[in-house]
Amino acid sequence: MTTLSGAFFGVIHRDLSIAMRHRGDLLNPLFFFLIVVTLVPLGISPEPARLAAMAPGMIWISALLATLLALDNLFQADFADGSLVHLMLSPQPLWLLVLAKIIAHWLVTGLPVVLFSPLLGLMLSLPEAGFLPLLLGLTLGTAVFSLLGAVGAALTVALHKGSVLLSLLVMPLYVPVLIFGTSAVQRAVDGMSYGGVMAMLAAASAFTLLIAPFAAAGALKVGING
Amino acid sequence: MWQWFHKLGSPRWFYHISGKFLPWLALASVVLIVTGVVWGLAFAPQDARQGNSFRIIYIHVPASFLALAGYYVMAAAGAVGMIWKMKLADMVMVAAAPLGAALTFIALFTGAVWGKPTWGTYWIWDARITSMLVLLFLYIGIIALSRSFSTRETSARACAILALVGTVNIPIIYKSVDWWYTLHQPATIKMTGAPSMHPDMFKPLLVMILGFYCFYALVLLLNTRTEILLRESRTTWVKELAEPK
Amino acid sequence: MSSQALLEFQALTFERDDWPLFSDLSGAIKVGEILQITGPNGCGKTTLLHILATIQPINVGTLRWKGSDISQCHQSYLADVAFIGHKPGLKLSLTPRENLQWLSKLQPLNRCTSAEALARIGLAGFEDVPCYTLSAGQLRRAALAVLCMTQARLWLLDEPLTALDVQGIADLETLLLAHVEQGGAVALSSHQALTNPAVRTLALDAMAEAEL
Repeated sequence: MTTLSGAFFGVIHRDLSIAMRHRGDLLNPLFFFLIVVTLVPLGISPEPARLAAMAPGMIWISALLATLLALDNLFQADFADGSLVHLMLSPQPLWLLVLAKIIAHWLVTGLPVVLFSPLLGLMLSLPEAGFLPLLLGLTLGTAVFSLLGAVGAALTVALHKGSVLLSLLVMPLYVPVLIFGTSAVQRAVDGMSYGGVMAMLAAASAFTLLIAPFAAAGALKVGING
Repeated sequence: MWQWFHKLGSPRWFYHISGKFLPWLALASVVLIVTGVVWGLAFAPQDARQGNSFRIIYIHVPASFLALAGYYVMAAAGAVGMIWKMKLADMVMVAAAPLGAALTFIALFTGAVWGKPTWGTYWIWDARITSMLVLLFLYIGIIALSRSFSTRETSARACAILALVGTVNIPIIYKSVDWWYTLHQPATIKMTGAPSMHPDMFKPLLVMILGFYCFYALVLLLNTRTEILLRESRTTWVKELAEPK
Repeated sequence: MSSQALLEFQALTFERDDWPLFSDLSGAIKVGEILQITGPNGCGKTTLLHILATIQPINVGTLRWKGSDISQCHQSYLADVAFIGHKPGLKLSLTPRENLQWLSKLQPLNRCTSAEALARIGLAGFEDVPCYTLSAGQLRRAALAVLCMTQARLWLLDEPLTALDVQGIADLETLLLAHVEQGGAVALSSHQALTNPAVRTLALDAMAEAEL
């Protein structure tokens, strides 16, 4: 018989192995992130004071777009080759397998963006105090992006022009995380404590972790029949 | 109780019963809205600071109320349709989405028109306006999703899930936008909230809100009836309706 | 053999874009038989198999597994059914062995090892090459290797003969026969006639014509 943990780690292991065999694809969201942030000084002003004022928001928005870009692929590739059906017909609970897929997806798309963000903070002259809350906030925030995004990705999995629709569905839901995330960095830069904001962000992430896998599993059962 | 519930779930029964309510609802909304408009525009006193321009709240406030309430109506209908597999609830949900989006747009538009004389600009990133804009995006997402599926059942299920996720998120979105606004709020702008209004201004507003609720119910019924006819178009009772003997 | 029904379906109706694919469809998949679903393209063969596999929810009608309603015994049903769609369901960047190992973590596939299964289906020597180097027929064989490994009693196969050569079809028929002789059951969709004596045919187009 299959086991719960076997199936859970089996899914993570498979998705990570596939990602490792397409390493080039892994870099694409990162380059996107880098290019968007490069456009900011070109489009606005290279003056460090102005850049620093906009850095928290710009980095967060670019990170949001970069993860959004990769969201498409969460279920779509498995749907296209038919392996999604095997996932859904497993006797193991679907929400757990979906959670495994989300975790694997976050490891290859969200985490690199988080690790990359200090470099972009440097490029946008983010004051030193902002780096830690940026890293912490993006870690929690990209997790929420992946979790909530999974619901949208599941709903649009079988649709032909799903990716634009997907952005339309999930971006409004990202608003609170963006607000909490950027203000945590802003408060740190302004010399205020950011613990409370970070706690709100953590609470939002925990809450999302609680509901999103179930919603995404339900969405997948619906979306696969698009 | 259960028998009643299942009867209500039958589109045909609902179509006939709702037909009897329609004239009354139409009458109530016309009377209330006409009374409220005349009272509010002609008889209510002028605002001390805003002059006559404040009178747009008689449209703006009821529309904003129903824009949010409409989302909950839609989500509740979606949940009922999903849990009890009630076809009628799916139809109500599909009917509620464009109606809610239209009301949200009206609220935003009147807010912008009101903003010009009050703040000197059509658009301001006020907490309520911003939340309303996010609400409009949530509605647009539902409408776009509902048009993307090939079967109505799948479409209804998908929209119900999205609406429920949105419902859970709306309080968080509203709170966070409120909080965000207090961070950036320019100290010079302070708005008069509804509770501090003069009773002579407030009473017509109450009438307008009631009128809008009746109007919402009326349009929702009409939309649902259209949806019923569309979906049941191959059944004999709809064919008999279309070609009376 | 008894003619005990494993999976019964009653009064299934399905419409897409308000157009009925099939309506009031009833039948059963019995122990020891191969049910071949035939019909022209677009008549709903895949949809029917998806409904039987519980991928597509039922709008109208019921589905019973060993006598009880499918919603009462969904987990145990899933543990006892093997579904292979018309897409092979293999990750092209992984090898056949890796694909089967992943599948065996999701579904009870332990009648034999993945290497044995691949050897039986004629893919010995291809266990460790990435699937994108395989031909369409070889991919189909790799997907069908699941059938050598599964313990499921009911097999649901959507167009399993696609891209297979003569030898491949013969191998698959041997597998199917062995399965039904051991008390299993198979439902498959195909345009080609199977030479198997255990095959019973369910023609969806005949139903549609009877409607008109």
